[in-house]
Amino acid sequence: MPRWGMVIDLDKCFACQSCTVACRMENNTPVAGPDQAGKGRAILWNEVLPFIEGEYPRLVATMIPRPCMHCDYPPCTKVCPVRATYKNEEGIVVVDYNRCIGCRMCTVACPYGVRYFNWFPPEWPEELKQHLNPDPEVAPRPKGVVEKCSFCIQRLHKARQKADAEGRAFMATDYIPACVQTCTGHARYFGDLDDPTSLVHQLAHSPRAFRLLEELGTEPKVYYLKQG
Amino acid sequence: MHPENKNETVILNPLRKVGLADKLLWATLLGLLLLGIGVWIRQYVLGLGITGLNRPVYWGVYLTNFVFFIGLAHSGTFISAILRLAGQGWRKPLTRAAEAITLFSLPFGVASILVDMGRPDRILNLIWFGRYESPILWDVTAVGLYLLSSIVFFYFSLIPDIALCRDRLTQAPGWQRRMYTILALGWRGTPQQYHRLERVLDGMAIFMTMLVVTVHTVVSWLFGMTLQPGWHTALIGPFFLLGAILSGTAAVVIVLAILRKVYRFQHVLPVSLFNSLRKLLITFLLGWLYFMIAEHLTIGYGNMKEEMVVLQDKFSGNYALIFWSMAVLVFGVPLLIFLIKGKDSIGWMVLACVLINIGMWMERYIVIVPTQISPRLLSVSGQGIYLPTMTEALITVACFAGFTLLYAVFTRYFPIVPVWETAESLPVGHEAEPALQTGSATAD
Repeated sequence: MPRWGMVIDLDKCFACQSCTVACRMENNTPVAGPDQAGKGRAILWNEVLPFIEGEYPRLVATMIPRPCMHCDYPPCTKVCPVRATYKNEEGIVVVDYNRCIGCRMCTVACPYGVRYFNWFPPEWPEELKQHLNPDPEVAPRPKGVVEKCSFCIQRLHKARQKADAEGRAFMATDYIPACVQTCTGHARYFGDLDDPTSLVHQLAHSPRAFRLLEELGTEPKVYYLKQG
Repeated sequence: MHPENKNETVILNPLRKVGLADKLLWATLLGLLLLGIGVWIRQYVLGLGITGLNRPVYWGVYLTNFVFFIGLAHSGTFISAILRLAGQGWRKPLTRAAEAITLFSLPFGVASILVDMGRPDRILNLIWFGRYESPILWDVTAVGLYLLSSIVFFYFSLIPDIALCRDRLTQAPGWQRRMYTILALGWRGTPQQYHRLERVLDGMAIFMTMLVVTVHTVVSWLFGMTLQPGWHTALIGPFFLLGAILSGTAAVVIVLAILRKVYRFQHVLPVSLFNSLRKLLITFLLGWLYFMIAEHLTIGYGNMKEEMVVLQDKFSGNYALIFWSMAVLVFGVPLLIFLIKGKDSIGWMVLACVLINIGMWMERYIVIVPTQISPRLLSVSGQGIYLPTMTEALITVACFAGFTLLYAVFTRYFPIVPVWETAESLPVGHEAEPALQTGSATAD
């Protein structure tokens, strides 16, 4: 059983946010609009967070793209009262939109802020509506439930089906999330962290590797490679 | 057989007539409650976006109300269960008034959670798929059990007085008399019945005491079990509990003073009761200060970066105004009033208790919001702001109106001072506990 993980090389990332856009198109996240986004209600499963230290001209800016960390010990799944969110056997933290009661305890418990609540029914400008991903697995979520990055789990399911149809064994390299596929700077790597021959395994063990808020003991499966 | 109580006529007086003023009051409160329900329906249809909630402030006024109403509910159980076990006879005239606060505030605590939910239509998922790893299930269990046992406890101690109403209020409308007959469950007031009732109430008091500690602790664990700075502290449970008992007891003072004035209960609810409550409140206030210092000194001295962000927000940042006025309202002014003016002065006591309750609501708010305002990772990009909207304000008003409505209506149909518990003597053969005499003696 693979243990899916991601590595993001901050030296290669130039914060173009194409991952954010690719994620939106793949996963049908609604468009909040400037008014709601100003209120902090934009839904961006993959958000590029700016960390700015110091003041101009002595300023150090680090841009960190932040998908869900898919923690090995996720603080969010623990607190879900109805098991609407859980870590599946391959380590991906998913949400069952048909079961979520909208209590938002997971959003409060996640230290990475990766969980988003549907404050209103989902909406898109007319032009975007025609380009929604038709995959039923990413059908727009109703108002009142929580959603988040799923490592594009629908792509995993499709890759498995494809391998089956072609009569061959599924390989970890058959599947990558949309953000990894689209990354302009080739900064993102994805694969099976448990496979010692995989690139993600090797990069995750590089001396440059670190994880966000490691001290919390959540064991994220998203690694970063330090810049500079 | 009914107990002999010289105040019986006075206590039953409010039950004899529902006046125009009552109906006006009830209509106003009902109007506010219905308005709140209407606003809730609108929120359900449009989405929670019409509140001020956002990211990162996912929990706001509704959760504050939840904690506040559950806290208010601790008054009754504290007075009737804990003081019962401690053999404090002076509590007797005010037991029912306090328990009624418990009974009528709990539903609005529960309602606040329903209002906060994104999908209240899926509430039954908590039963079909409920899992005890989540603190929410602890809350559902504890609050549910608390509501259930409060109803039973309240009802049992009401039975002898319902029987009294059945036999005395013969002029009441037919439906009202039928209601008394049914609810009295054929109570005859024999010594054996009283003996059994006392035993049941004593037994339940032990259970309720444990429950009262559990309930508010698990309420706090909604916050404390997460890893968030400002919440993740072992003190949060006891602190919430003490705050609950403080605001609950203060609420008892307010309610008693109103009842005393409106229903002319001057002899039934003597000033000595208020003086006893005053001593309790001073103790709770000092306890509150102790917890406050223990908590903030530990955090401040430790000087951990993430914790300090929240602490500084409260001490000198965006929430400093609310924080310090809360400290003055809950602690500073009330303590001065209690020490200097409170003795024998109901007016001053009420003022202090109103301030305590306003302050305690703010305290709940200041625990819930600032932690969420500065989340670890989003402190740069998404420094949150949270301003409640009219939706939240109207629903909050509706909760308080609903609570007052239930209370006001109740006092017109059931004796709010227990006649049998304050009686000079119960039917022969019943071994009254010594405190019983003390209780009625203070009524002079």
